[in-house]
Amino acid sequence: MRRFSWFNATSLTLGFAFLYLPMILLVVYSFNESRLVTVWAGFSTKWYGELLQNEEFLDAAWVTLKVAFFSSTIATVLGTMAAYVMIRAGRFPGRTLFSGMIYAPLVMPEVITGLSLLLLFIGIGLDRGVLTVVLAHTTFSMCYVSVVVSSRLSTFDQALEEAALDLGASPFESFTLITLPIIAPAVISGWLLAFTLSLDDLVIASFTTGPGATTLPIKVFSAVRLGVSPEINALSTLLISIVTVGVITASLVSKRAAVQRRREEQAAQRTA
Amino acid sequence: MRRAVLIAVPYLWLLALFLVPFIIVLKISLSDIALARPPYTPQLDLNEGWAGIRAFFAGLDFENFTFLSTDDLYWKAYLSSVRIAGIATLCTLLVGYPIAYGMARAPQEWRPTLLMLVILPFWTSFLIRVYSWIGILSSEGVLNQFLMGIGLIGEPLTILNTNTAVYIGIVYTYLPFMILPIYSALEKMDESLLEAAEDLGSSRFSAFWLVTIPLSRNGIVAGCFLVFIPSIGEFVIPSLLGGSDTLMIGKVLWEEFFSNRDWPVASAVAVVLLLILIIPIVLFQRSEENAREAGR
Repeated sequence: MRRFSWFNATSLTLGFAFLYLPMILLVVYSFNESRLVTVWAGFSTKWYGELLQNEEFLDAAWVTLKVAFFSSTIATVLGTMAAYVMIRAGRFPGRTLFSGMIYAPLVMPEVITGLSLLLLFIGIGLDRGVLTVVLAHTTFSMCYVSVVVSSRLSTFDQALEEAALDLGASPFESFTLITLPIIAPAVISGWLLAFTLSLDDLVIASFTTGPGATTLPIKVFSAVRLGVSPEINALSTLLISIVTVGVITASLVSKRAAVQRRREEQAAQRTA
Repeated sequence: MRRAVLIAVPYLWLLALFLVPFIIVLKISLSDIALARPPYTPQLDLNEGWAGIRAFFAGLDFENFTFLSTDDLYWKAYLSSVRIAGIATLCTLLVGYPIAYGMARAPQEWRPTLLMLVILPFWTSFLIRVYSWIGILSSEGVLNQFLMGIGLIGEPLTILNTNTAVYIGIVYTYLPFMILPIYSALEKMDESLLEAAEDLGSSRFSAFWLVTIPLSRNGIVAGCFLVFIPSIGEFVIPSLLGGSDTLMIGKVLWEEFFSNRDWPVASAVAVVLLLILIIPIVLFQRSEENAREAGR
């Protein structure tokens, strides 16, 4: 074990301060009485009250949640299928194109994805709204899901599936009883990733949205273009807290599962 | 049969919503702007049969691309995007390396927590993370108040709406992408190599320079590409933190489409942007393959 030097400690402290101070400042200033964001005028929660009375923000939040829920759910199904095809389906005509289309959206600039989908929707005469944003988000997030799921699929022992088939399970049963439980953590993190990507997306949603389907990031973007606003600070604080609680819970749950598994393995060894 | 359905569903989805849209962009980039709905010409008219198809292809030309190459704005915007992305990537490396290094040296039991602290911002809204810097960097913002408070500067610095703010924004939002690959390379490193170098008489600095840096090379390369590639087409950061003179191609494309409503030129901008991006993407893939083979 190498020594953990003063230099290491300093760079970690400064690094994490850099990562977290801006968000901490947002949280602090969301409780500022004054509308002037830079002057501290005492503690107040009034901006949260104003935020919760702002119909436009609430509508946008509802639209965003709907879009994120549907797009991430469809993306998880399609992405898991795509991952299965990539890892298990062997050779088929057009495989190279398929894997190219899975990876390309990951590096495609959002402005191009947004522009191309909008031109498609106009070309086929589809009215823009919640549906088009869902279609757009599903398309790019299914690629992320498939990357997450395929990395799990490629590491697990295929003999388990074969054993199930040998013991008389149908391919569908072998998938639902053996494969799916094993890759479930990856599928769940794929869904969460897709959900977060959809919640966050500004650029693609701006291109593909239409009247009545303003998402929260679009609303926030048009508000912050005019500068800092305390309502947005309050909104940011709410979002940051939700994410923090979510990530910490998820990591505690997975840590506990790991401890549990180790204990069971040890118990199994002792009995053997 | 079942296998065919399994392949066909995601395949057709991607064909319809990824490849076809891109072909449409390519086609519109060869069209001309028109005062119509949709605002470009020619339109493919299948009712006229072959004559219609021939007339359609005859109407396509490379005019928009000639226009892009003759108008200063566009090639300056491409160059400046690449330059901004390059400088920002270098800054991210300089900020990220010491953090990844510190994490790899930290006691084993801290590492999961440190790793979670690096990943946590990634789950937080990108837009909010960019926005948080507006309040810090503006002329009456937190940073200027602090620097004036301790008497370091007499006048507020102008940082917001300059390229410096864009660099800070990119470093801040893409930092996890730099830290994670470098950390995973450093964590795998065999510490006894450093001891060997020191035993053989090299100073701690030269051991770092000659052993640690080359061994973390794969992480550095991966991190740099992961920051550089998405920064080139970035839109949110230059439009919130940059100034009117910050030229980035993502912003130009956005304005060409939404403000000027010139769809053919916006499409041509997109096609050229993609051609520029292909170079780093191919280089990145090749270096990843090399790293994978070397790891075997």
